[in-house]
This record gives sequence, structure tokens and C-alpha cells, in this order.
Amino acid sequence: MARRRRALAASAAAERQRAARIVRRAADTARDAARHPADYPPPGPFRPSTWRSPLRGLWLTSVLAVVLLVGLTIVAVTGLLSYAAYDPLLGSNDTTPGANLLKFYLFTWPTHPSWWYRVDQGVHITLGLALLPIVLMKLWSVLPRLFAWPPVRSLAQILERVSLIMVVGGVLFEFATGILNIQDFYVFPFSFYTAHLYGAWVFIAGLVVHVALKFPRMVHGLRSRSLRRELRTPLAGTQPEEPDEAGLRAARPAAPTISRRGLLAAVGGASLTLAGLVVGQSIGGLARRTSLFGPRGLSATAPHYLPVNRTAVSIGLTAKEVGPAYRLTLAGAHQVVLTYEQLRALPQQVVELPIACVEGWSYSARWTGVRLGDLARMAGMPEPAGALVESIQQVGSWRAVTLSDGQVLDPQSLLAVTLNGHILPWDHGYPARTIVPNTPGVHNTKWVNKITFLRQV
Amino acid sequence: MTGAGWVRRGSGWVRRWYGANPLHLLTLLAAFALAGYAVHAVMAAGEWIGFAEWFAVAIIGHDLLLFPLYSLADLSLRHLLPGGSHGRLPEVKPATRGPFEPARPALTPPRTAAPGITPPRTAAPGIAPPGIAAPVIARPAVATAVAQPAAVAPAWPPLLNYVRIPVIFSLLLLLTFFPMILGLSAPELHRASGLGTGPYVWRWLGVTGTMFAISAVTYALRTRRAR
Repeated sequence: MARRRRALAASAAAERQRAARIVRRAADTARDAARHPADYPPPGPFRPSTWRSPLRGLWLTSVLAVVLLVGLTIVAVTGLLSYAAYDPLLGSNDTTPGANLLKFYLFTWPTHPSWWYRVDQGVHITLGLALLPIVLMKLWSVLPRLFAWPPVRSLAQILERVSLIMVVGGVLFEFATGILNIQDFYVFPFSFYTAHLYGAWVFIAGLVVHVALKFPRMVHGLRSRSLRRELRTPLAGTQPEEPDEAGLRAARPAAPTISRRGLLAAVGGASLTLAGLVVGQSIGGLARRTSLFGPRGLSATAPHYLPVNRTAVSIGLTAKEVGPAYRLTLAGAHQVVLTYEQLRALPQQVVELPIACVEGWSYSARWTGVRLGDLARMAGMPEPAGALVESIQQVGSWRAVTLSDGQVLDPQSLLAVTLNGHILPWDHGYPARTIVPNTPGVHNTKWVNKITFLRQV
Repeated sequence: MTGAGWVRRGSGWVRRWYGANPLHLLTLLAAFALAGYAVHAVMAAGEWIGFAEWFAVAIIGHDLLLFPLYSLADLSLRHLLPGGSHGRLPEVKPATRGPFEPARPALTPPRTAAPGITPPRTAAPGIAPPGIAAPVIARPAVATAVAQPAAVAPAWPPLLNYVRIPVIFSLLLLLTFFPMILGLSAPELHRASGLGTGPYVWRWLGVTGTMFAISAVTYALRTRRAR
């Protein structure tokens, strides 16, 4: 009996000791965790072992980064040039009056070369689409860093992470709004023109600081492996990169399922596919037939017809407004009112000029009409400082546009009445529309019923 | 004290307090000023709520929705298809020391072991020779894992990438042009251009089919060459 009691007491003591040991160990762990939080990440993506891809690494990220550095710079510059092409400093053109200082670089948009805007927007849209797969791949390559543990190490790191919100949020915001806009999918609760511009500046601010801080690391990454050797290495020879200071390489890389060159080929191929299935809409000719996903690519119906981005139906144009009652008012030193027949009786010029939309598509066409300079002379103002061109269209954006003196007086600037030898279709601005070299499509006003030549703009 | 001395002392103080050199701070502040100015313009335009929402949705939508979804899809595909088999994660014994894994096992082996890129907190000279570079832990294991498929010499080359690549291309096209492919932007597009979105779904299916056909032909050629 006594023996049994003793044995029980002993086992209870052992039990107590074991419990104490467990508690002590837990306390140790907790103390250690408090002191070295980096070693105790929460489960899931915060544990480095979650990230297994053997292809992630500083070299891959750097290669994608250098492509984006060049590409996104071109997209940003062409975008800002497009903003300049809208001549926001002239008269009523400004739809972003709050931009103030962000207009620091603006200049009066020239009329030559006449293909400049067309190329600018073709590059902006096509290159932008081509960069989408590269942006996604770049984000994939650095995504483990989003979950780096502990999330905050210093004030410097907090600020840098905030700047990354500007880069990542900015690039995704710009791509999303741009891609939705070219398809006329206006689901965003803001004006595209305003948001795409200001979003771009947030992105540019983030990009500049990101490049400034990471450029040396990118150069180091590019030098860490030979591109030529990578392009010769098949799957069987694909090894993980060396561990890097940035912590991009997986801590425990798995076996690769695709070679590094395979990955680059897939990303490059996706890039070329996206761009290639659209770019025809900006080139014209036979290439247009390849533009399977250009929103205005394969869609031209009759040979003399061009696509539009505002139909007569959408502005509620009626036969009464463009019928015999139509009058064109020219205002300047004095006022001249012309009927359609009188307008057609004036000396006509023929020009070959593109309609180039901000959305990237462009078509070249032959236009016949009266020089804007001739109309200015008729209104008694042979050398105006500019002109306000107004449309029958009552509401909506771009119903009135201010042109610069250079645009009014360019011998190729017409008030056009025919398109490719046919009377202007209603959708193209019958009875008369302006066509000005090197301007965004919407600055070529349709259904024009009044031109005011201005002494100052 | 000289001017340069003051600068050095000030810079040292910033470095301790801030965690990087003063230029780092100045660059970031300049960027915040520019971005802040742009955001101020958005607020002046009365559109900042929608703007901020879309910014947040863009980041969350990509990082916490799109990325996990496509990773999961890829993981599933790798487990389903031959070729994904050698993508199965080889178990490399992690160099853990406690109940949890250390932050960077490959870089920072056990705190008592060799110094990796991050210097060890508890100096432990003599316990492990300082020459043992961290990558040694992971690399041989991977090398053997890579060598495996070659040794087995399958009659059929791995199918994985011949499925994965056309799927990715197709989904990328859908992601980019879904408003037209699914006809979501049909009303607006018609109002603006008089055109419909009808053809786009067929074009997408056609391009997807073509991608798979090219992939199949390439796979067939590779299989023939392998035999």
C-alpha cells in the first residue's frame, strides 16, 4: 500500500516536472520570438518555405526590370506627349484645370510631322499592351517580398514600402484604366482622362524613386548571370540562382518545371501575341486584317469608311439640323453665314491625313474641303491667334475645341466636306468637320456649325 | 567642429534613427511630394474616393486574388499532368532549429552556424567553420531532383508546358479583352462606334484553338524526336 502510494507520488512528481519543462520551453520560445520575430513568421505566405519556385531570383527580376524600365519610360513619355497634344493651355481645351504645376512641360503642339500623334498613340497603346505580361511576371518574381517577415524593420523600410504602393498600385491602375478605356468599358467612377493623367503622375513618382533606390541592385543582378548562357540552358540544366541580399531566391527551391529561357520565351511570346493581335489597327493596309483584338481593327466596313468614336445617333443628330436649315457661322472681325451649298462652292483642297484616336487606332484618308485659313480671311481675320470650333452636338465632351494659330493657318487644315471622295457620312460629321494634321482624333470636330476666329486664346 | 563633421554626425544620427542614409529619405520625400500633388489634383477634381478605391482594388485584386488563383491553378495542373511530376516538391530537410522555421534557412542557417548574408545575432565563432556558405545546403538536393527525370527517361516528354503555355496565353487574352470578348462593353462600344462586340468571342476561341494546335504539333514533333 505504502509502496503504491510512493510510486503514485513519484509519477505525479515526474508529471509535474514534465509539465514544468513544457511550460519553460514555451516561455523560452515566446521570449525568443519576441526577441527575434524574423524567425517566427506566421504560417502561409509569411514562411519563406512557402515560396518554392526555383526560377525566382535577382537575375530574373533584374532582366524583367530593365525591360520595364525602358518600356514603361516610353509608355509614360508618349502618354505625357499625348496630353500635350490636347493643347490644354488653349482656351476651353483644359479638362484638368487642377493639374497646374503638372503642366510645366507643355508646349504648343505642332502640326508637323502629320504622323507624329498617330505614331505616339500607336506606340503608347501597343507597347502598353506588350508590357502587361512583363509587368505581371515582374510582380510574380517579387511577390514573396510582400510577405517578408517581420513586415517592418525600420522607418526607412516603411517609407519604401509606401512608395511601392505608388509603383505597384500605379502600374496596375494605369494598365487597368487604359485597357478598359480602349474597349469603351467605362466602369470606373471617374473621368478616364483625369484619372489616367493623375494616376500616371503617382506612378511616375513611385517609379523614379524605385529606380533610384534599386538601380545598383538591378545592375548587380544583370551581371550575376550571362543571358547568353541562360538562353542555351535547357530544363535539365536549370539550377536555382545564387541566394541574394534581396531575398528573391527561394529558401528551399523546388525542382524546375520550365527552364529560365522557357519562361523568358513564354513571357516574350505573350507580349508579342498581345501586341501583335492589336497593332494592325495603328498601321493600316493589310496589317489591319491581323488586328483581331483591336477595338477598331477589323471593323471597317465599306472601303471608303473609317471607324468613329462618336456616332450621329449617340448625339441625337436630326435631319432637321443637317438639312437645308444648316448654316455655318464664321465669326471674326465680322460675321459670315454660309449655307452648305455656299460652303461647297468655295475653293476646295485635297489632303491625305490620318484620323488618330487617343485609343490607339488610326486610319489615313483623303479629305476634301476648305482651308481653315481661307475661312479666317473670309471672316476678316487673316492672322488669328486661334479658333474656337463648335459642333451641332449640344452636350458631351469635345463638342467645342480651341485650335492654335499654327493649326488654323496650316495649309493642310481643312473644314472637310468629303471623305475618300464621298460626301461625309453622318457619323463622320456631315455636313462639315475639321481635319487638322497631327491632332488627337477628338480635336477634329464633327458636325461643325460655328468657327470663331480669335484675337487671343 | 568643422562643417563636414556636423554633416557626418547628422548623417550618422539619421542612419541610426531612420535606418538608411539621408539621401534615401530625401528621394522618398521628393516622390511623396510629387505623388501628393497629383492626389491633391484628384481631390480638387472631386474624384478621389473612386480613385483611391481603384488603386486599392488594383493592388488587392492582383496580389491577394489574381496571384493566389493562378498559383493554385498552376499547382493543380502540375499535379495533374505528366511533367508536373518532376515538379513535385522534393523534400529538402530544412535547417530548422526550433518549432518554427527560421526566416531564411538557406541564407541564415541555424543561429549558431555559419554567418550567411545576415550576420548572426549570437556570435558563435568556432561552433561552425565560417566558410560554409549557405547555398550548399539547398543545391545538391535540387541537382539530384533535376537529374531524376533524365535518369527515368520517359517515353513521352513532359506534357505540362505544352498545356500550360497555351492556357496562359488564352487566359491573358481573356484578362485583357474580357469587356469585348464577353460583350460587356457592347452598349458603349456600339454607341461610340456603331460596331458590335459579337466577333470577339469567336476570335478569342479561334486564337486559343490555334495556340493549342501549335502546341500539339510542337509536342508531336518533340515526341518523335525523343523516340
